[in-house]
Amino acid sequence: MRRVLVWCALLAGALLFTVPMLWTIATALRSQEEIARDPGRLLPEAATLANFPAAWNALPFPTFVANTVFVTLVSTLAQILTGSLVAYGFARFQFRGRNTLFYTMLATMMLPGQVTMIPVFLIWRELGAIDTFAPLTVPAFFGGGAFSIFLLRQFFMSIPRELDEAMLLDGASYLRIWWRLIMPLSTPAVTTVVVFSFIGNWDNFEGPLIYLNSTENYTVSIGLRMFQDSFGTNTGQLMAASLIHIVPTIVLFFAAQRYFVKGVNLSGLGGR
Amino acid sequence: MAARTRRRLTDRPDFWGFLFITPWLIGFLLFTAGPMISSLWLSFQKYNLADSEWVGLENYRRLLWHDPLFWTALRNTLLYALFSVPLGIVGSLAIALLLNQKVRGIPVFRTLFYLPSLVPSVASAILWSWVFNADYGLLNMGLSWVGLPTPQWLQDERWTLPAFVLMSLWGVGGARMIIFLAGLQGISETYYEAARIDGATNAQQFRHVTLPLLSPVMFFNLVLGVIGSFQVFTQAYVMTGGGPNNASLFYALYLFRNAFEYFKLGKASAMAWILFAILLALTLIQFKTSKRWVHYEGGDA
Repeated sequence: MRRVLVWCALLAGALLFTVPMLWTIATALRSQEEIARDPGRLLPEAATLANFPAAWNALPFPTFVANTVFVTLVSTLAQILTGSLVAYGFARFQFRGRNTLFYTMLATMMLPGQVTMIPVFLIWRELGAIDTFAPLTVPAFFGGGAFSIFLLRQFFMSIPRELDEAMLLDGASYLRIWWRLIMPLSTPAVTTVVVFSFIGNWDNFEGPLIYLNSTENYTVSIGLRMFQDSFGTNTGQLMAASLIHIVPTIVLFFAAQRYFVKGVNLSGLGGR
Repeated sequence: MAARTRRRLTDRPDFWGFLFITPWLIGFLLFTAGPMISSLWLSFQKYNLADSEWVGLENYRRLLWHDPLFWTALRNTLLYALFSVPLGIVGSLAIALLLNQKVRGIPVFRTLFYLPSLVPSVASAILWSWVFNADYGLLNMGLSWVGLPTPQWLQDERWTLPAFVLMSLWGVGGARMIIFLAGLQGISETYYEAARIDGATNAQQFRHVTLPLLSPVMFFNLVLGVIGSFQVFTQAYVMTGGGPNNASLFYALYLFRNAFEYFKLGKASAMAWILFAILLALTLIQFKTSKRWVHYEGGDA
């Protein structure tokens, strides 16, 4: 009896959470005329894919996608490489000031981005990097943020040190241990950081809004906002354009899901 | 700690450890510590990209005593936080509790609840503008179906903040829920067995076993939730632009406008430091009061 109740609650909740998304998909599959006549249907009368190419061609979407893919890939790669090196340093070595530095790093998680936003903007402006991808990618080369370093470091700590020592005795360098031992054994944590980083960069709106001025440099999030301004009355196309923005993150999530939950659990974010 | 006496090979080199963390250290100096100092300095300046002038505390004085929009933005943000944070915690805990039951199809349900938090914020803002559409929107269609009133959500200043809170609840199945779920799965079954032997009901088990053992996780979610709720920006920028009549002018949006639309960089920096001070105070209060309700296994934390 209890199980039936739990299952019904889960089903009702899941429906409630999925309906806005299903409705978006339904709207994207319908003609403007049909939407105007009867906006509420969850199943289109005559499903059509016409909104997708129409939205794709209305603005330079291929350019936006290429820009976003570039920024996202470079940042994600930089973040996982440098972030895991820093995490390795914090997890495996004793050095003066280590704990102070580690807690300083954790404290930066609580710092609102607005405090540094303006001076950082002025630095990039001074360097002539406004309307380039540098302000959106270069910061990722410096560890890529406290959260991912912390997550990786927690995971690295759970790998037995005897393995490091065995490799050291075989004459391996520390870099080799990081690349050959630590990274391969940390797939769940690495995947989790990659997923978070990818989504964070793909989703980023305020950064591109501040730094990118010309249309040919726009990312999808800024382009979508522009699309909303110019084609906002064509709901079907607007929803199709939004789905183009949504799909990559969902595909990535499904591909990585197996490791994802494990990564969060094992990193001690479960609280103890 | 016995291992400390025998120095481990991997512990030896100071130099290597420091070398590995260097990327973060440089980034910290360039993008965090340095900018913090100069943003504090900027907050005492009248600065508009062309010329700067030292004005002392003038930016702060004007914000606090002569800028009604500052107070509007602060009020909106506080109200939003007051509702979205507790509701978000209760919602994500409820979902985590359901997903922690042993019934069929849990992985599918977990994915379905998580999906909304994968939707990029601009796409989600556009999607919700359509859901909140007063005439054609899904929400009002549902409300009129069950005979409830149908407000002009994003056009009526009385309903805009509730609309933003409602929208924030779409994300309760995300990271916060996963963290709760991980916390729940970390509670040893032996506690529940002991409670059952003592004759505890389900409700008592929840009250006296689950809640205390989950309190550190709840505290973590609370602290980060409060900080997050003060930074709502994208949705307000895309959906309402702060309107109608500044009903959705959130703090981060007003700060952004001062910085990058009006180019009052000194004033915006002062706003950033006021925000920092507020968040610091709120976090400290939470840490102080946490001693009363957060329970750490094995005594002190």
